[in-house]
Amino acid sequence: MSISAPRGLASSGQKPITEILHPLSAAEEPLSPGPDVTVSGGRDKEVGLTNGTPVETPSPASASVLFNRLQLDDDLDSDGRDPYADTETHDLFVTVDDPKKHVSTMETYITYRVSTKTTRIEFDLPDYSVRRRYQDFDWLRTKLEDSQPTHLIPPLPEKFVMKGVVDRFSEEFVETRMKALDKFLKRVADHPVLSFNPHLNAFLSAKDLNKRQGLALLSKVGESVKNVAGGYKLRVRPPEFCAMGEYLDTFNQKLGTIDRIAQRILKEQSEYLTELREYGTVYASWAGSEEELQRPLEGVAGCVTTCCGALEDMSENMGQDFLPVLREYILYIESMKNVLRKRDQSQAEYEGRLEAAVLRKQEDRTPIPAEVEKCQDKMECFNADLKADWERWQSNKRQDFKQLLTGMADKNVTHYEKCQAAWESLITLLQDKQTEDKTSCKSLWEIRQ
Amino acid sequence: MADSVSREEVAVISNTDITSTESENNIINTMVERGTALLRKLEINVAEAEKRTGKNTVNMQETYTVYLIEIRPAETEGGTPAAPDTLWRRYSEFELLRTYLLVTYPYIIIPPLPEKRAEFVWHKLSADNLDPDFVERRRVGLENFLLRVASHPVLSNDKIFFLFLTEEKGWRDAVLETGFQDKADSRLKSLSAMFRVKNPDKRFTALKQYSDELNSVISQLLRIRARVADRLYGVYKVHGNYGRVFSEWSAIEKEMGDGLQSAGHHMDTYAASIDDILEEEEHFADQLKEYLFYTDAVRSVCRKHELIQYELEMAAQDLAQKKQQKEELATGTVRIFSLKGMTSKLFGQESPEQKESRLAALEQSIQEGEETVKEKNTECQEFVRAAWDDIEHFKEQKDKDLREALISYAIMQISMCKKGIQVWSNAKECFSKM
Repeated sequence: MSISAPRGLASSGQKPITEILHPLSAAEEPLSPGPDVTVSGGRDKEVGLTNGTPVETPSPASASVLFNRLQLDDDLDSDGRDPYADTETHDLFVTVDDPKKHVSTMETYITYRVSTKTTRIEFDLPDYSVRRRYQDFDWLRTKLEDSQPTHLIPPLPEKFVMKGVVDRFSEEFVETRMKALDKFLKRVADHPVLSFNPHLNAFLSAKDLNKRQGLALLSKVGESVKNVAGGYKLRVRPPEFCAMGEYLDTFNQKLGTIDRIAQRILKEQSEYLTELREYGTVYASWAGSEEELQRPLEGVAGCVTTCCGALEDMSENMGQDFLPVLREYILYIESMKNVLRKRDQSQAEYEGRLEAAVLRKQEDRTPIPAEVEKCQDKMECFNADLKADWERWQSNKRQDFKQLLTGMADKNVTHYEKCQAAWESLITLLQDKQTEDKTSCKSLWEIRQ
Repeated sequence: MADSVSREEVAVISNTDITSTESENNIINTMVERGTALLRKLEINVAEAEKRTGKNTVNMQETYTVYLIEIRPAETEGGTPAAPDTLWRRYSEFELLRTYLLVTYPYIIIPPLPEKRAEFVWHKLSADNLDPDFVERRRVGLENFLLRVASHPVLSNDKIFFLFLTEEKGWRDAVLETGFQDKADSRLKSLSAMFRVKNPDKRFTALKQYSDELNSVISQLLRIRARVADRLYGVYKVHGNYGRVFSEWSAIEKEMGDGLQSAGHHMDTYAASIDDILEEEEHFADQLKEYLFYTDAVRSVCRKHELIQYELEMAAQDLAQKKQQKEELATGTVRIFSLKGMTSKLFGQESPEQKESRLAALEQSIQEGEETVKEKNTECQEFVRAAWDDIEHFKEQKDKDLREALISYAIMQISMCKKGIQVWSNAKECFSKM
């Protein structure tokens, strides 16, 4: 196969983000040292945004190139333990951890350490460690969305939190957010196309993300996208994409219901816990007025306390691990719906242009312009990317929910195991005393024998 | 006191209430001596309950429940169990029996009856007296009452008790004939009377205090337990919603569908399991309630002792006064004010004959007074001895019963945990197959 290995930017190590070519600039020329955008078969294709300009990203965006890249990757050593993919590369590992609070005169914010380990040649060094804040992640995501419109970008945790309702600096909030950011980065790093995006590269390696120019240019992009795409309306969505849309709607609904149920359970458990605690203290106070029964009653009080602790642990877990993941998927569904809409736009544009060109041809024999073909290519690429991402997403979703629900069941089992152990040790304590008892007095149970 | 019926058979007592878990943890030697003479000869059950309608004392129609008491002679070796003698009793008759016992044996802590109306209920539990679950728990409580009386070294010998078990029709008359009603009225009066004892018996004071504490703490425990039950019910039932949503979700999934669907079923099972769990826990609540009501009986005994002590003190005080009067009369000194003394001062001394007759009357009175004091003293001592015997017995019984109640409660909790582990492990397996 006459395919050369895809290569990203050569010296992305310390390059400020402004030097990376914007998607709208210098459209036609390939970037040195020559990212390969050609497809096997030799056809010169340019892939780009809906405004017609090719994407500057060196990574191939068409399906067939993607396929070829995957084929190539089969030769590499793949890490079998990764539950996400069997044939994708595992030469880029990212982690988000170590949250730290920064206090300045203007504001207070949290940064996280982003560590990277890689063997990819697109990176100058094998290891990186930088500090990023939520804003930076948000920047990255926006960049990815704009530069890879045909792909599904993983969601970020909620941006805005109501001040006064949620403490942005509490340990639980920071921990939950950090886990979501970590997951976001890992999903991007695992994506066969997104992981080669130069913005990701910059994010992972640049000492200082200078985002201002990027943001200014960003708004231009947004407008141009709107101008072109706004004119066309889709008539018929193909059935396979209809099915996707329907699935997403229903899935969204079910996740919402599960979220509500989980929250309700947490509420009920919290109220139960309050009563249970008081229950335990009554046994302890009863023990105070007894002699023979003092130790058994204290034992019961202790058991109840242990059960309270076990329940508290489980509830905390559910709040920190279960609910955030559910919410994340709801955001994911929103992203997917957006991508579907964009695909619809691309189809609408093509069909619109085609119709106009056909009419013109009929009138004055003007040949169908090349742009129409380009539109068709764009649309077909979009469809292919989307289908590929959909499959990926479905597979990941299955793994994620399997893990999530298994985890939930596991936590419940552990909770009951802890409680059972406590009560069983109490019984041994209580029954030991019984064997020593030799009085002639009878308990009711003995009378009934 | 009643004569005990003499029969030759050895007692075997049936237990209609034991659970397998209780017997699993039982370490009691079944060859231990059976206790009272009565129980050695008879088997007592409260077997059933039935609804009846009839006219009450004010000639109005009412619905009430009657309970079947079965008496069997204890099993002989190798012989077939004889058919039981049975009679029906309603709750009010049990109450009458108990009142009789309270009056007749004021120094004994009389076992309590199960509650008349359902209290300490959590929201799913019925407070209706005719509800079958309530009736069933009451049946058990009535049987416990009879067994406790039958196993009591003093009460088991009572003739009226025996007639209660054997004479359906004539029993009421027999009870009334004992004339206990009069004593009942005066007892009620004395219980509510306010008086102060000069030298309270420290042991009884401590016992009353303990009894009050126990009453308070068990009430508190029962109240909170009902709230805990309510909350736990809510937790389990909400999980049932998972069953439905997993089922709906499974409809849009391909590979995940089966796992989700089966897991949903397990969630339904989990939600449903709480009903039995809480029903079983009511048994524990009933055991606590019995001792809650026992504290009233203990208080009763303490009060009765106070009354006797008070009467003794009054009699002694009265005697002392009379002796004082005699001394003054004999020596002529007036230390205590008396109308006679004043009038004789004002209107002149009385004649020696008058003085003599007064002295004689006083002597008589003093002798009677000394008799009274002696009697009261004996009564008091007897009461204290008999009561304290019973109180020691009660304390041991209470410790044993409550310890066993706690053990069976722990067993129930373990069973609940095991069920939970089972269900969630099953669900986990379904999830892992998604």
